[in-house]
This record gives sequence, C-alpha cells and structure tokens, in this order.
Amino acid sequence: MIVANDPLFSIPFDLSVLGVVLFKVLLAFVFLLVAVMFNIWFLRKVISDMQNRIGPNLAGPWGILVTLADGIKLFFKEDLIPDKSHRFVFKLAPYLSLIPAFLVFAIVPIGGDFNSTDGAPGVISIFGHETLLQVADPPVGILFFLAMSSLAVYGVMLAGWSSGSKYPLLGSVRASAQMVSYEAALGLSIASVVLVTGTLSMHELVLVQAGEGFNSFLPNWNIIVTGIMPFVIFLIAGTAELNHPPFDLVEAEQELVGGFHTEYSSIRFALFYLAEFMNQITMGAIIVTLFLGGPAGPALFVPKGWWVGVFWFFLKLMIFLFVFVWLRATLPRLRYDQLMDLGWKLLIPLSLAWFLVLAGIQIGGTRGWSSFEVGVFVFGFGVVCILCGSLLMMALRSARAERLGALEEEQEDRSVPWLS
Amino acid sequence: MAELGEYLKGFTVTFKKLFEGRVTSEYRGGMAKTGQLDEKRPKVERLHGRHVLNRYEDGMEKCIGCELCAGVCPAKCIHVRGADNDPDNPTSPGERFGYVYEINYLRCIHCDLCVEACPTQAITETKMFEFSFTNRNDAIYTRDELLVGDDGKPQKLPWEDWRDGEDEMTSGWMRATAPSGDHRYAGVVQWSGELGYGVRAPELGQSVESVDDAADDAVTDTRGVKSG
Repeated sequence: MIVANDPLFSIPFDLSVLGVVLFKVLLAFVFLLVAVMFNIWFLRKVISDMQNRIGPNLAGPWGILVTLADGIKLFFKEDLIPDKSHRFVFKLAPYLSLIPAFLVFAIVPIGGDFNSTDGAPGVISIFGHETLLQVADPPVGILFFLAMSSLAVYGVMLAGWSSGSKYPLLGSVRASAQMVSYEAALGLSIASVVLVTGTLSMHELVLVQAGEGFNSFLPNWNIIVTGIMPFVIFLIAGTAELNHPPFDLVEAEQELVGGFHTEYSSIRFALFYLAEFMNQITMGAIIVTLFLGGPAGPALFVPKGWWVGVFWFFLKLMIFLFVFVWLRATLPRLRYDQLMDLGWKLLIPLSLAWFLVLAGIQIGGTRGWSSFEVGVFVFGFGVVCILCGSLLMMALRSARAERLGALEEEQEDRSVPWLS
Repeated sequence: MAELGEYLKGFTVTFKKLFEGRVTSEYRGGMAKTGQLDEKRPKVERLHGRHVLNRYEDGMEKCIGCELCAGVCPAKCIHVRGADNDPDNPTSPGERFGYVYEINYLRCIHCDLCVEACPTQAITETKMFEFSFTNRNDAIYTRDELLVGDDGKPQKLPWEDWRDGEDEMTSGWMRATAPSGDHRYAGVVQWSGELGYGVRAPELGQSVESVDDAADDAVTDTRGVKSG
C-alpha cells in the first residue's frame, strides 16, 4: 500500500482517520502556498540586498505582501491564448507542472522528535491518533520524488510545444534535454544515499540519520556518511533540475524572451511561477531530508517535543533557500555546451565512481574487511578511476582537436586562394 | 583548483554586499506608505519628463510643422502634420504651423532627441513623469493637451500628479547641451524666451550672451580662429 509505514493505518480505518489524513493534506497545501509567498519575497529581498538595492518595500511591513499583490495583479490580467496554440494542451500544461510540485512535498517529513527514547521516534499525535508529520510515507519514498520530477518535465515541454511559437519551443527543447540529462546524476547520488541507509522510505531515511555519528561528535547525517561528494552532486544537479540560475537556459531572457512560458499570461503564468518556486522549496526539503537528517537535529538540543524537529527542519530548509538565492545573485548563466559538458562528462562519471566506492565499502562491511583492506580497496579504486578519467579526458581532447582540424580544413577549402 | 578558488571568490563578493549600504533610495510621492500623498523627492536637474509645446510671449505657437521631431524620434511615437497658416489669423509666425501634433506616451522613451532636433524650440520637456493613464486614448497626447496655457505653464491633465511649483521646472537639456552637438556653442546660452517665464537664467558655466551675438563675434573654433 502506498501510504504504509504510518502508524495511523495500523488501526482500523474509519472516518476519524480520514479526517486526520485530510487535515494533514490541507496543512501541507496551505503551508506550501504560504511558503511560496515567503520564498518569492525572500528571493527578491535578499537578491536586492546583494545588489545594494532596497527591493520590495511598499506592500506590508518590509514589503512582505509583495507576492500577494503580484498574485492579485496576475489574477485580474487578461488571459491570452495564442491563435496558433494547441488550446487543450496549452491550458493543461501549467497544471502538469504545478501538480507534481505539490505532490513531492507530500513525502517530506517536516517534524517530530527523532531523538526521543520513549515511544516510536518521529511519531506525533493529532486528535488522539498516532501519526507521522508527513502527508504520506510510501515505501518507495524517494523514487516518488524522482518520478514526480520527471513528470514536471512534461509541463515545461508541453507548454513550449503547445504555444505554437518559436522561442517557447526552443526553451522547452532545452528544458527537456537539460532535465533529462541531469536526472541521471541526481538519481546516482540518490542511489548512494539509498545504498548507505538501506531504505527508500523518507521517514526511515530520517530515522537512520538521527542520533550521533562518529565519536558522538558529528551528527550521523548522510552528507558525512556518504562523503560529501553525493551531496555536492545532488546540489548541482538539483539546481539544474529546477532550471534555477546558473542553469536557467530554459528561460534565458536574452535569448528566448521568457522561454517556455513566453506566451503565457495572467493566472496561467502565475501557476508556472508558483510551480517554479514550489519546486525550489521541495528540492531544498529533499536535500535536507536526504543529506542533513531532515527534522532530526543534533542530539545536543535539550528540549523535547515534536516542534524541535520542525525547528531543525525549517532552519536547514532556510539555509538552502538562501543558497539558491546566493547562486542566483553570483553566478552567470552557463552556455549550453558547458551545461551538457558539466552534466555528462563530469557529474555522471563522478557520481557513478563514488557510488561504486560506496558499494565496495558496503560489501567490505558485510564481509568483515579490516579497515586496512578497505583502505587498499579505496586506494586501488581511486587509481583506476584516475586512470579512466585521464583516458576520458584524452579522448575528449583528441576528439576536439580533430573536430577543430576538420573545421580549419573546411575553411581552407572554402577560402579563395588568390585573395589570401 | 586555482580556478575553483577564483570561482568561489564570487560568492564572497555577493555575500559581503549583504552588509553594505544601499545605493538606491525609496520612491516617495505615492500613497502606499502613509495612506496619503507623500512629498516627492526633488528631481534631478536634467530629468526628462512629458513634453510641452511652447508658445512665444505674444501667444503664437512656436511649432512650424517641419516634422523634424517625428523624423528623429527613435521610438516613432510622434505624429506631426503641418498646414499653411491663415494669413489673416496666423497660428504661428511664418508660413506653416503644426496642424496635427500627437505624442504616444506608450512608446515615448524620453530621449529628448525631438527637443534637440527642433529648430524653433517649440518642443521641450517638463519634469512630469508621474502620469498614469488608464487607456490608450489618454496615452496619446494631442496638440491641445501638449500646448502650454496662456500663462505659459503646462496643462494639468486629470491623470497627472502635479504639485506646487513643479510646472516651473522644464527640461534642463536646453540649458545644458550645445545645439546639434556643435562645439562652438559649448557654454553659450541657446534658447529663446518662453511664455510666462521669459528667458531662463543660464546654468553654471554658461554665458548669457544671446546666440546671435555669439555666432557673430564671441565664438571661436578649436584652433582659435574666429568663425561666422
């Protein structure tokens, strides 16, 4: 069953259980909408700070209601549908990108006391029912996230295609190529996490990471357990998956007007906007859950209660929202070939190699290797990787040189001899 | 690795900016802050606002309908049609006058090239930029709306936010730049009297000599040779 693992469903199903489920769904829905409002304001305020500007400051204190004002404005604008568009798909596309953004958040655990010793950790009680502080905890967990982020490609792709216009089409072609190629690196770094923790369920991922790690000093978070590299790869690939700067070729204003949503206006545009920022929040939440222990904070925090988990979760999430803004303020956009190079020639081989190392160490653990043997394995594998990597680099260099040579020859053929 | 270090250095730059001062200032003059109209921030000397069509002290229009402004306009927002003056009841001194004069403020970029092109200084700019029309008809200013009133001041249209004393501020361009970029006119006053204002005082570094005298004897070119 897709919503298994939740103690809520261990008791006979009745109306009160349904009520609790609906309550949680509503809570997540409202939270996401409010969080998006906050996120957009936060982005605009922080980025204007980084550019020595004041930023939005009129609607509400510190301009905090600017998103609400924008939303109302967009809602009352004229809704245009281009003549050449495929009308049904054109209307469908915003929902295709919005709904996955909503659904992903359902599997994120956002609170609960994961360090408690009495009772089941991470379980809270709503209206007398024991349950987890997440909408659903399917056993497939993190795969659901991958599935939904793949589905989000359809929204972008169909929006560009159905607009019946050049720039949106170019934007959506870029988007689908980019999102599909970075999904590989994304998936491989998730695989590393799954390999180490041995579970797909988001709740259990947090459970595994709770408590103390090495020498009771560092937390037992996957960012340390998997050796940082999968985290870095996930952060980069996740940013690319979000089409967030510096990977925002999809909506490169200088080249493509607005990218895939050029032809959208009014509330349909607002839906795309909403989905984009909602994806940021959920991506941040997924990173926090996968690598930073989610709601499980360091055990040193003394007070107990479900809100401790909520506090840690939002603290970590805020850091990632800030990082996304920081990236946007700092980095210039990548060129298309640089984007593809980074994805295919660096991130995928690197995450694959890291995955193999982790798998080797894991096997060593089950077979009872000594730490010396593990060291030898890692060293040997490292040497093999460096050899393979340099071979790959040589191949790429020679291919490039050959390509340039051929280009030069071609140009020489074309040049007019008596003029040179 | 050195490249990566350089790459990451950019992050420290943007982070440090968080704690620096702001170079922009808040907009004042709206109602959002206090619920009533704020006092406006003083406008800079050479701000370009909406245009006016000037008149001579005797009430005649300066525009001669030559369409140079329409020709030079990069946004193609000016529409002019000239017509012959009625000899008994002329609108402007001379042969022709601007019969149709329209500026589309949905297109105007306030570059002031029209002001620069005008041979009679018929068109200049005020510092009014706080005009928010709500339909296309209001956005296209006609000759009747652009002409200054009998007091020589710009007309105050219902959707424009005029405050006391603002109509006395005109485009600083005429007092700042040599006509047509001719260096011989640098630092020389080059404008005729305006209805209601007379001749405007010169800016810092400009002489009060009228252009006719200046062209004849005061102005020399860069080699020190007397011209004219």
